[in-house]
Amino acid sequence: MYLEKLTLTNFKNYEQVAVSFNPKINCILGLNGAGKTNLLDAIYYLTFTKSAINSIDSQNIRHSENMSALVGSFIGEEELMVSCGLRTKQKKIFKVNKVELDKMSDHIGAMPLVMISPDDTGIIKEGSDARRKFVDGTLCQINKAYLNNLMQYNHQLKQRNNLLKNWPHGKPPDKDLFAAYDDQLCKLSKMIYQVRLNFMESYKPFFLAHYEDISSHKESVDLIYQSGVSIENYEKLFKENLQKDMLLQRTTMGVHRDDFILRMDDFLMKKIGSQGQQKSMVIAMKLSQFDYLKSKTGKTPLLLMDDIFDKLDDLRIEKLIKLINGEEFGQVFITDARPDRSQMLLEKYSMTANSYLVDKGQVTAI
Amino acid sequence: MEYPSSLIEEAVNQISRLPGIGKKTALRLALHLLKQDELETTSLTAALAKLRKDTRYCSTCHVISHTTDCTCKTIKTDLSTICVVEDTPDVMAIQNTGQYHGMFHVLGGVISPIDGIGPDDVHIDTLVKRISASNGEIKEVILAISPTMEGDTTAFYITKKLKGLSVKISTIARGIPIGGELEYTDEVTLGRSIISRRDYHQD
Repeated sequence: MYLEKLTLTNFKNYEQVAVSFNPKINCILGLNGAGKTNLLDAIYYLTFTKSAINSIDSQNIRHSENMSALVGSFIGEEELMVSCGLRTKQKKIFKVNKVELDKMSDHIGAMPLVMISPDDTGIIKEGSDARRKFVDGTLCQINKAYLNNLMQYNHQLKQRNNLLKNWPHGKPPDKDLFAAYDDQLCKLSKMIYQVRLNFMESYKPFFLAHYEDISSHKESVDLIYQSGVSIENYEKLFKENLQKDMLLQRTTMGVHRDDFILRMDDFLMKKIGSQGQQKSMVIAMKLSQFDYLKSKTGKTPLLLMDDIFDKLDDLRIEKLIKLINGEEFGQVFITDARPDRSQMLLEKYSMTANSYLVDKGQVTAI
Repeated sequence: MEYPSSLIEEAVNQISRLPGIGKKTALRLALHLLKQDELETTSLTAALAKLRKDTRYCSTCHVISHTTDCTCKTIKTDLSTICVVEDTPDVMAIQNTGQYHGMFHVLGGVISPIDGIGPDDVHIDTLVKRISASNGEIKEVILAISPTMEGDTTAFYITKKLKGLSVKISTIARGIPIGGELEYTDEVTLGRSIISRRDYHQD
């Protein structure tokens, strides 16, 4: 599936723009602040029903306007016309082939998409929540039952934490009440753990292969899933932790504490990895997300690469360009603030690509 | 919105505090009352005041009644089963099915710490007392609580509390509504109904 045409009205810095895209590679060029990322965000919006950058819908409408519209024509086995209307102080309206969606979550995953952006190094640098978010975001695209279990888990966890926080000081805990939450949380924990474990099994080989390829076998990396659920007597320990939980006023065991450890040469990547190495790792993670989604859905995801060449050495850039030009990849969008570099790369590898110049909210094909 | 008098404004503000009623509907209702005979308004306010003042909850089953001892133990009712529900409308809904003739127990809510509702804020203790005091006369407890996460937690908690009392605990079935179309049923409900499917009797 690929995006054939995109029309934006009052979206972010665009007043009115209509662009037709190449089914393969599209280079979006322009100066800082021209609106390159906003164009990618519009595509992201149409597949995830929300912005990748600003989750507050009303703030994605162009300043001093009160409505915004995004329309995309996707061509695949069937033609899909996806449109989204935003209004200040009103619920957004999402339509697929002119039929309004009841639940936004029904649309997520229908058109797989992978976006690589400069902020993604947070997956490595930040706490475990950033890595869980990445894994969960991938799984929720393909597994509705997982999404459901995760939502239930988070809800019950919130209830239990609230209970811990507001429990009267000195009053002995109501064992039966905590058991009501613990039993449900443990049951959900096990289901979530199993799905994450299965995910790691098929995801990790993709990841290791991609990193080796990008880094030309210079460093060896590893990805390890760490979860409290894997230990023996998990349920018993969860319940025995109640005293500690009461003291800390939060739940200290469960899948909300899981982590995915990224290592390089037996050290933590976030401690010793250089900026370029961390960026390479993030790209490898995202490309393996691409492979994983493709293998599970049978559809080729769209690939959005925002400012990808920044911080990478020429060798790594070349590897990447060769890769996305290959058969396995479908439609790709690349943004670059240096037009000469992209033009040179396109020529060097004689790639069939469209280039667009973005300036002051206008997009012109070059 | 500008109102012609402060009296109307006050009335609109009060009426629009009711659930499901906005400012416009409230204004329409207020103007309607003004058009009618004065007696109609006074009988309405009197009825509301009386409702508030005289309404009692049965001390046994917590159903709304006009005395603290409702008709929950008449000869007609089956005294061996108790149906546990969240609120009074649920009692009426189950009574209207004509399929249940036992007693009721209204919890008055479900456990939800986020909303500040703990086990002490719902009538679970009286349920436990009621069953243990019946000396085995109550044989079954049917949990008819809405299938939400909070409802499930509450049902779970009640089950734990009733442990040790020799009483059968059951819950109402979850599945596809009668006359509903299979293909339009949501996945979670359909999945549940597959898991808790029933045997078909062949004779």
